[in-house]
Amino acid sequence: MFEVVSNEILAENLHKMVLVAPRIARARKAGQFVIVRLDQGEERIPLTIGDADQAAGTITLFIQAIGASTRKIVATPAGGFIRDVAGPLGKETHITNWGRVVCVGGGVGTAVLFPLVKALAEAGNEITTIIGGRSEKYVILADELGALSKNLIITTEDGSQGYKGFVTGPLSEMLADPERVPQAVFAVGPVPMMKAVANITREPGIETIVSLNPIMIDGTGMCGGCRVQVGNQTKFACVDGPEFDAHLVDFDGLSDRLTSYRKEEAARHAAEGCKLAKEVAK
Amino acid sequence: MSNDLSPKERMAIDRVHMPELPADERNKNFEEVNLGLSEDQALSEAKRCLQCKTRNCVAGCPVGVSIPEFIDALACEDMPRAAQILRGDNALPAVCGRVCPQETQCEALCIRGKKGDAVAIGYLERYVADWAMQHPDRLLSEPTPEPTGKSVAVVGCGPAGLTAAGELARQGHKVTIFEALHDTGGVLRYGIPEFRLPKEIIDREVAVLAQLGVTIECNVIIGKTLTIAELRSEFDAVFIANGAGLPTMLNIPGENLKGVYAANEFLTRVNLMEAGRREDSATPILQRDEVAVIGGGNTAMDCVRTAKRLGAKRAMIIYRRGEAEMPARVEEIKHAKEEGVEFIMLTAPLEIVATEDGWVKALRCQRMELGPADDSGRRRPQAIPGSEYDIPAGIVINAVGTNANPLLTATAPDLKLNKWGNVVADENGETSIPGVFAGGDIVRGGATVILAMGDGKQAAASIDAYLKR
Ligand SMILES: Cc1cc2nc3c(=O)[nH]c(=O)nc-3n(C[C@H](O)[C@H](O)[C@H](O)COP(=O)(O)OP(=O)(O)OC[C@H]3O[C@@H](n4cnc5c(N)ncnc54)[C@H](O)[C@@H]3O)c2cc1C
Ligand SMILES: Cc1cc2nc3c(=O)[nH]c(=O)nc-3n(C[C@H](O)[C@H](O)[C@H](O)COP(=O)(O)OP(=O)(O)OC[C@H]3O[C@@H](n4cnc5c(N)ncnc54)[C@H](O)[C@@H]3O)c2cc1C
Ligand code: SF4
Ligand code: FES
Repeated sequence: MFEVVSNEILAENLHKMVLVAPRIARARKAGQFVIVRLDQGEERIPLTIGDADQAAGTITLFIQAIGASTRKIVATPAGGFIRDVAGPLGKETHITNWGRVVCVGGGVGTAVLFPLVKALAEAGNEITTIIGGRSEKYVILADELGALSKNLIITTEDGSQGYKGFVTGPLSEMLADPERVPQAVFAVGPVPMMKAVANITREPGIETIVSLNPIMIDGTGMCGGCRVQVGNQTKFACVDGPEFDAHLVDFDGLSDRLTSYRKEEAARHAAEGCKLAKEVAK
Repeated sequence: MSNDLSPKERMAIDRVHMPELPADERNKNFEEVNLGLSEDQALSEAKRCLQCKTRNCVAGCPVGVSIPEFIDALACEDMPRAAQILRGDNALPAVCGRVCPQETQCEALCIRGKKGDAVAIGYLERYVADWAMQHPDRLLSEPTPEPTGKSVAVVGCGPAGLTAAGELARQGHKVTIFEALHDTGGVLRYGIPEFRLPKEIIDREVAVLAQLGVTIECNVIIGKTLTIAELRSEFDAVFIANGAGLPTMLNIPGENLKGVYAANEFLTRVNLMEAGRREDSATPILQRDEVAVIGGGNTAMDCVRTAKRLGAKRAMIIYRRGEAEMPARVEEIKHAKEEGVEFIMLTAPLEIVATEDGWVKALRCQRMELGPADDSGRRRPQAIPGSEYDIPAGIVINAVGTNANPLLTATAPDLKLNKWGNVVADENGETSIPGVFAGGDIVRGGATVILAMGDGKQAAASIDAYLKR
């Protein structure tokens, strides 16, 4: 059992949760994740370790409640318990001093980006962070990322905050400017965003790393469910990744596999919704 | 009671038939297929044993269970003694009685099999083990061990780890099992379905360990949460039994389509996560009318019979050799056929064909014929040119095998591995690191429950000796 120390709402459906997990706090490195199972009978859900406090023995998760399982997890209050938390899983990010680095985050990917930006800043990189959201209320962790970055650029699709448009806008401008062109790009977010970033950095040949989010079960290389096509090889994202060379990833294949259970999930979502509605009615 | 029939009288008794659920009923649920022998059946079968001095059967058993002795106790209706003999040789008899390939082990060498049917040793083993589970109060009590003050870490909660933990605890050592998943049992829980091995059996074995004072810590991945080096410094000895959990890919086009599963994923979803088992199960599983399972071992049989139970109209085994070459237990093949599984033999997969929107549509195959025997003694399949054809399928499951998982070994550079990534251990289970022992599938590659159990027992004896050095 893992105790929830705190559970804050950062934006609509986005929670920051701190858990007691001393062994994981001690062992984890940037880029790694845990698998969380709320209770008996629940799904195993992969979540990036956003931060850790070794002295306190805690880890921080940023959780976007998008489906039945993530909604149940974020409903656990401070003082409550999560039954299973296993990790740290996956490879740690290869951190070095590239010089100028751009970190791009979209949606909950911004939270996944946070430990990366922190580690890159500690390694002495000059960081520009570009974070995007649909509108102002979906922009998260701006202050925290701003404190670690030389520049922070915010983009919103509706122009309610910062640059109007997608994260790729400011990134393209930087690529075109010899004074600002980065040596490496990190991108984490929805698959179409990562694909778009990979497409614009491919031509200039800028090293680009993405963190992938396929469907997982065990997270230890046992089931093969998380496989992604990288170059001409099949990789298991949970053990070979989750970070890969963006220019080699088959994003269309990944997108497609992520829809494998759309019908089943929609049915469960609806069923859970009904249950909830009934409880509220009572 | 006595067991003093003449050989002639014994020879006159016919082998029992295991009572089973009717095939067209059981292929819709996950109830155990074999119901177990009645007392009369068990006693009659026990009396078929000739009590041979040569003990051929024992030579066929990988851990040398005292077969004629436990059968004699059973025939004398001395159940506590039968249970004690069995338990002394086999830590998991209720499991082995259900899943061991007896027809290639003890029963293959049984004298009675030379002319007619071998003694049903597996059924009797299960009968005695089940009796013992139901009558804990009648078992001969075990002496409580003196604590030795030594501690042992066991990595992995499959049959090898469970066995070693039990033996070590009985010797008075303080044992902690570290398990990567959220539950115990290893393949016994996530791989082998309940229609062959009910989870209750694993739960009971685990409860026995808890009574012996063994601590089980789930959600700890050695190599990630803790390293072998850390275990080595915190414990007096370490036993590595993390199995062979890494699926072998087919390496054919279409393997990443939606609807293609590795056997481990398919079975884990259904067995460990209960997908498709309950109306409201949290973890989803795809259900399709046509399911093609590639492979001919126990894993393939478990997948295809599970697919049938989840509602497939056509559940098919696709195997590149012939039925005689299939490594699955004879009983699994028989049960699968009775349940309506189709066997498509001498057929090799070439490609998985997709629909327009990326789902599996068919398995493109090629017919094979058997050529001369290869190194393993099995006849090598050869492709028949121009024989390609498509088998319609909405789900394809790859059950061709597993390899050693490098998660643990990658972080233990001093641990010697062979070229397949298996841990190298000598006949005592010792690895290249002093105080670190290993056994089960991580050493042997995909093998059997009884061999994993035997390794656990051997390693426990070696560890005990090591700790007393
Ligand atoms: C290595 C890794 C790290 C991750 N880190 C985080 C994190 O830090 N914070 C966070 O909020 N989420 C993270 N995710 C994604 C998270 O695991 C999924 O959102 C979660 O599994 C969805 O479960 P659900 O039952 O709530 O939703 P579901 O009902 O299963 O899905 C709802 C919708 O999301 C889609 N979906 C399903 N699985 C995923 C997935 N893995 N990624 C994206 N979309 C998916 C479905 O197709 C569906 O449309 C991570 C995923 C991986 C693989
Ligand atoms: C579907 C299927 C059906 C089978 N049917 C039969 C049968 O009928 N008869 C038979 O004799 N054999 C059968 N086998 C083979 C048999 O199950 C295995 O040989 C046996 O389980 C091996 O035991 P083990 O203890 O070595 O490993 P496993 O049972 O694989 O257990 C290893 C355990 O270690 C855990 N682990 C892995 N890595 C780590 C880590 N880094 N840290 C901590 N824990 C870890 C795993 O999660 C697992 O719980 C079958 C196998 C499969 C897959
Ligand atoms: S070989 Fe057969 S008949 Fe002889 S002791 Fe063993 S089980 Fe009995
Ligand atoms: S999640 Fe099972 S192999 Fe990666």
